[in-house]
Amino acid sequence: MYSNLSNFSEDINNSFIIIFSIISFFLIAITITIIVFVVKYREKKNPVPTPIKGSVWLEIVWTVIPLGLVIGMFYYGWMAWIPMLSDAPDDAIEVKTTARMWSWLFEYENGKKTDTLYVPEGKPVELQMTSPDVLHSLYIPAYRIKRDIVPGRTTNIWFEPRKTGEYDLFCAEYCGLQHAYMITEVKVLTQEEFDKWYIDTTAVAERAATPGAEGLQILRMNGCVACHSLDGSKLVGPSYKGIWGHEVEVETNGDKRTLIVDEEYVRNSIYKPDDDIVVGYTKGLMRSYEGELTDEEVDKIITYLKTLSDKKE
Amino acid sequence: MDNSNLPSYLEYKGKYKGIFAWIFSTDHKRIGLLYLYSIMAMFLVAALLGLLMKTELIAPGKTIMEAKAYNAVFTLHGITMIFLVVVPGIPAILGNFFLPIMIGAKDVFYPRLNLLSWWLYIIGAIVAISSQFMGTGSPDTGWTFYAPYSFKTQSNILPALIGAFILGFSSILTGLNFIVTMHRMRAPGMKWLKMPLFPWTLYGTAWIQLLATPVVGITLLMVVAEKVLNIGFFDPTLGGDPILYQHLFWIYSHPAVYIMILPAMGVISEVIPTFAKKEIFGYNAIVLSTMLIAFVGYFVWGHHMFTAGMSETSLFAFSFLTFIVAIPSAIKIFNWLATLYKGSIMLRTPMYWAVSFLFVFMIGGLTGMVLGALATNVHLHDTAFVVAHFHFIVFGGLGFAFFAGIHYWFPKIFGRMYDEAWANTGWIIFFMGFLTLYFPMFLLGIQGMPRRYYDYVPEFHSTNIISSFGAFIMIAGLIVIIINLFRSAKKGEKAPKSPWGGKTLEWTIPSPPPLENFEEIPEIK
Repeated sequence: MYSNLSNFSEDINNSFIIIFSIISFFLIAITITIIVFVVKYREKKNPVPTPIKGSVWLEIVWTVIPLGLVIGMFYYGWMAWIPMLSDAPDDAIEVKTTARMWSWLFEYENGKKTDTLYVPEGKPVELQMTSPDVLHSLYIPAYRIKRDIVPGRTTNIWFEPRKTGEYDLFCAEYCGLQHAYMITEVKVLTQEEFDKWYIDTTAVAERAATPGAEGLQILRMNGCVACHSLDGSKLVGPSYKGIWGHEVEVETNGDKRTLIVDEEYVRNSIYKPDDDIVVGYTKGLMRSYEGELTDEEVDKIITYLKTLSDKKE
Repeated sequence: MDNSNLPSYLEYKGKYKGIFAWIFSTDHKRIGLLYLYSIMAMFLVAALLGLLMKTELIAPGKTIMEAKAYNAVFTLHGITMIFLVVVPGIPAILGNFFLPIMIGAKDVFYPRLNLLSWWLYIIGAIVAISSQFMGTGSPDTGWTFYAPYSFKTQSNILPALIGAFILGFSSILTGLNFIVTMHRMRAPGMKWLKMPLFPWTLYGTAWIQLLATPVVGITLLMVVAEKVLNIGFFDPTLGGDPILYQHLFWIYSHPAVYIMILPAMGVISEVIPTFAKKEIFGYNAIVLSTMLIAFVGYFVWGHHMFTAGMSETSLFAFSFLTFIVAIPSAIKIFNWLATLYKGSIMLRTPMYWAVSFLFVFMIGGLTGMVLGALATNVHLHDTAFVVAHFHFIVFGGLGFAFFAGIHYWFPKIFGRMYDEAWANTGWIIFFMGFLTLYFPMFLLGIQGMPRRYYDYVPEFHSTNIISSFGAFIMIAGLIVIIINLFRSAKKGEKAPKSPWGGKTLEWTIPSPPPLENFEEIPEIK
């Protein structure tokens, strides 16, 4: 078992211990009784059975005692769960969380966006979660928390990390092809480190100076690379590597045609992904990013695509 | 009442010949065997799919298949196992064969409706499985068809939904038939509280089939309407609510768990007294608990949705009722235990299965407590722990009870004995494989491994290896069991009328029974 890594985990771990103790006791006691009976009353040793019809008294005993115990277990489960239900404290850091097929995006109050959740130690964090496509579920096993994310509504979850370190963050609700890869990490920093990270914009400045670096950042933040690889390997969609300026065979309205990957094609594929489907890939998997990615951002993506190809124009 | 000179139901010649003498037969025993062969075929296919999944998970990353194939495999495994194997399962096979005999009747009340149920089963199965071979690819939604992914996916889920819809009717008609049969055809003198326990559990099950199955039928039709006509019930882009789908789905699919487990409890309630040479302890308590499970089982569906977003009041009520529904099952366990007390226990193959059933069923039930409690559920929901829990209940409970039942009644069905040494060997290999396969999955769930994961982080690796290893052992045991039974049905020694000294009516007629079971309807004193 984990030590107490979040504000909820101590109570929840105690519920686990109480419930597991009760059920283990029953399992072991009944199993031993079965074995004793089967050995003691086996045919050879006890050739003549003793007829017994039943006993109202015993029926009452083994109804009432388990009833008391299950109500006890219910109570511990309920009590440890109440704090999770409560609203986050007012001083909680609010992080807008987007779960989408098949990546995570965390947006902070100052506009900073990441695909890994950075949080400070000892401070409550509230995630306001939405999904643009299907059901997902945010699950941090170390913190004992999980909450489904439902398209069309915002769900909230909060926690307070108690120890610095890196912890797994999974999607727990099946969401299609790359479900198992919709994972990231919670990085718990000290308050000092977090403050430094939070206001740090040098990475952004550096990116602006390198050609294509901003485009790559946009692809990462929007989860594009979950389906389109950068190294030429085939995922759900075609790889970005070496496509710019090259010919590609696509299917348009059921007819096959060949075209050159140019600005018009890239822009249209982002805004209307089902128009031209590269032969060998499936229609309907990608949603439109119209209204999400601006023209300017698409330009930056194109600049990046050029760096991945031998053709530059 | 000696009718041993009549031809048995296996030899009887009707107006049809060859295979038609079977697929057009309205004899409840032949229909029972039709179900036995078709369900076993489905079971073996789905078990093989399960083995493929465990092989894939033996190491992180790609082992034998791509993610797309894996998602299709777990979906088909789930659909086949749930809709084609465990829901019809014991009622359709053992229930059809033994219900009329155990209550002293010559057949079910509507024999032709009974045949229609089997045909609907076959048609539903063909439609559901056709989704694999036609259109845009195998369904990849999981057997739950959760919205809105089931609308988003390009895979071919319509035939699977329609297949499940048709199978629902097969289930409803079987339930209806059994209810009427038990109301109208009990032998003279067999009062309700003299009816054996296996028919009693079929009675409880039949009511669930009749009342709950239409809900899933309607839900599946709504999904079809939404997919085809774009009516927004569940898809938020059309103004629907995905959570509504989950409610409707589990209003059926949770009681369906009791469709699976009640008849299993019925089989165990027959096997244990026979092999302890005693009357069952607390007959009335077992009957009462059966009906309580059937009733309370309707009101606990919400525990599948503790993390989905429900009001505090609903969560309180669903969690509480989930704990309450455990009580009747506990009562049964204690009564079975008390039946063993001061018995004279014959350790034969069916009894090995029944005793191991008690063990695995207890693990399944008790781990349900961990999932029923809210705080612990939040951590374990949608993890491998849940998968382990319901495999202990469904496969451990129903599967072990089915094998207990088939080894118990085999001599009656085929008129021949099986090789007990081989049967026991198969049992111990299967039992050990079962525990090695599913127990580690509890640990994986506690560690935090989500279910339906094609790939996983390295810290889950060692536990997965043990689990996958167990799958191979279990399948080896299964092969031994099935080959032994298959061989014995043709070549086994001739079985006597009552090889175990059972007290119910089926042991008073020849093995295998004649066409109409009883020459004269027996009278119960």
